[in-house]
Amino acid sequence: MGRVFWAVFRRDLAIAGRQRGVLVHQLLFFVLVVALFPLGTNTDQAVLLAVAPAVLWMGVLLSVLLSLNGLFQTDHEDGTLAQYLLSSEPLAVIALAKMIAHWLASGALFVVAGPVLMLMLGVPLDVLPVMMLTLGLGTPTLVFIGAIAAALTLRLPRAGLLLGLLVFPLYVPVLIFGSGVIRGAIVGLPYAGAVYVMAALCVLAITLGPWAIAAALRIGFDA
Amino acid sequence: MHVRLGHDEKTVVSLTMDKGVKQRFHRLGSSPYFYDASARWAIWLAVPAVICIAYAVIAGLVYVPPDYQQGDVFRILYIHVPSAWLSLFGYTAMAVAGVVALVWRLKLAEIFIAAAAPVGASFTFLALVTGAIWGEPTWGTYWVWDARLTSELILLFLYLGVIALHRSIASPRAAGRACALLSIVGVINVPIIHYSVVWWTTLHQGATLGLTGGSNMDADMLWPLLAGALGFTCLFGWLTLWGMRVQLLWRERRSRWVMKRIAHG
Amino acid sequence: MADWASFWAMGGYASYVWSAYGIAAAVITLNVVLPVWYHRGLKRRIRRGAFIDD
Repeated sequence: MGRVFWAVFRRDLAIAGRQRGVLVHQLLFFVLVVALFPLGTNTDQAVLLAVAPAVLWMGVLLSVLLSLNGLFQTDHEDGTLAQYLLSSEPLAVIALAKMIAHWLASGALFVVAGPVLMLMLGVPLDVLPVMMLTLGLGTPTLVFIGAIAAALTLRLPRAGLLLGLLVFPLYVPVLIFGSGVIRGAIVGLPYAGAVYVMAALCVLAITLGPWAIAAALRIGFDA
Repeated sequence: MHVRLGHDEKTVVSLTMDKGVKQRFHRLGSSPYFYDASARWAIWLAVPAVICIAYAVIAGLVYVPPDYQQGDVFRILYIHVPSAWLSLFGYTAMAVAGVVALVWRLKLAEIFIAAAAPVGASFTFLALVTGAIWGEPTWGTYWVWDARLTSELILLFLYLGVIALHRSIASPRAAGRACALLSIVGVINVPIIHYSVVWWTTLHQGATLGLTGGSNMDADMLWPLLAGALGFTCLFGWLTLWGMRVQLLWRERRSRWVMKRIAHG
Repeated sequence: MADWASFWAMGGYASYVWSAYGIAAAVITLNVVLPVWYHRGLKRRIRRGAFIDD
């Protein structure tokens, strides 16, 4: 079981390393969504500071949504996914390895890029560590939940819009707690409880998620 | 066609060979049996639904005295509260059916989800609209980002997601199982969403009047409310049963039993 | 009960109360009528043999 995990994990990381262009595009998309936002309002520091956490998390949500489309696509097209489904190895372990590799390759970008963007929106420096912590806890949750819907819509043409419809309602808790913690940190309210909840959600998504993803892959493959 | 014939034969064999629970279970799984029997069961849901809802509406509109704080607006609650209850009940029922559909591969459980989703969504919509109408004179605005209304809105999106997914997948079996899994994932999320929304509204310190807040309920007000909830639940069962019959007929429109019943019957 | 005018007036909240009950009646009616219509149409199409070979 461990061998399968590492094999899939290393394979997916290697593929991600070769497709650096995709990661760069995702990062650029995220930066653009957040950077364009002030152009839609004004440069008033108070306004920007008030909306900064929401803008950051909406940027993360949209970028993760876009990356979900390709999550199983290449594996499906080159037949690897069919091999996974037919193999006697537990599919949930394979799914877990794939998701962790995907998060390391793409989700980690948000943790790095977030602080720079937040400084541009006038968020004070001492809030940044907490903000990176929420990104580190929130983005894996988003990836694991989103992968369930991505697997279900695997063979559907033009699944992108449908994917957003399925996934965004499930993302509400991460959006609320993620931006709530940052807002709390900016105005000096206690936020530790919400960080613990985010950690709990992350653990829940990582432990239950792979089983649901495995079931969804089997269903989606038939669809 | 061959599979379906085989299924019918298997049902007949199991009927003659063993009796008891297993036999009933097999019979329930048989499409023609369900199609015929559900027409008879419907009456046992329709009659209580009509009686309970009629009692709740008449009592709520006429016999219950006006609330000392809200006046007569609170009579909207006799629709709003049962609809809100039904929106949660319906989604939970879909998730339970989802477990049955995925574990035992019962076709009728898949059909239940497909039939229940639009009914549940429409009552969630009703809960939202009546909540907004009630909110205007009470809060002074149609929409307040109140914890309960916001959760109800997200729940509506969850319902719409199930409907959209079902409509997008061409194969009925795959669509049914996909919706089964989605409703299970959704139902795990419902309490988390509600908790997060409550936390979010307290962060704002927004002064929100509870829908039933302030005045404590006495029995005269409570009984019609409970009857309304019971009546809406029966109505939901009735509507879903009808939806299931239609779904079943559509799914098996090319099978022999449908031909026999509809074309020659 | 004796005074119908005050019943319809709903203590000044007539537009709110009656629109809420009206929308509820519409939603319930649609939920009842649409499946019945669809069921009838489907049965008619089956009888016409629309699904025999396609």
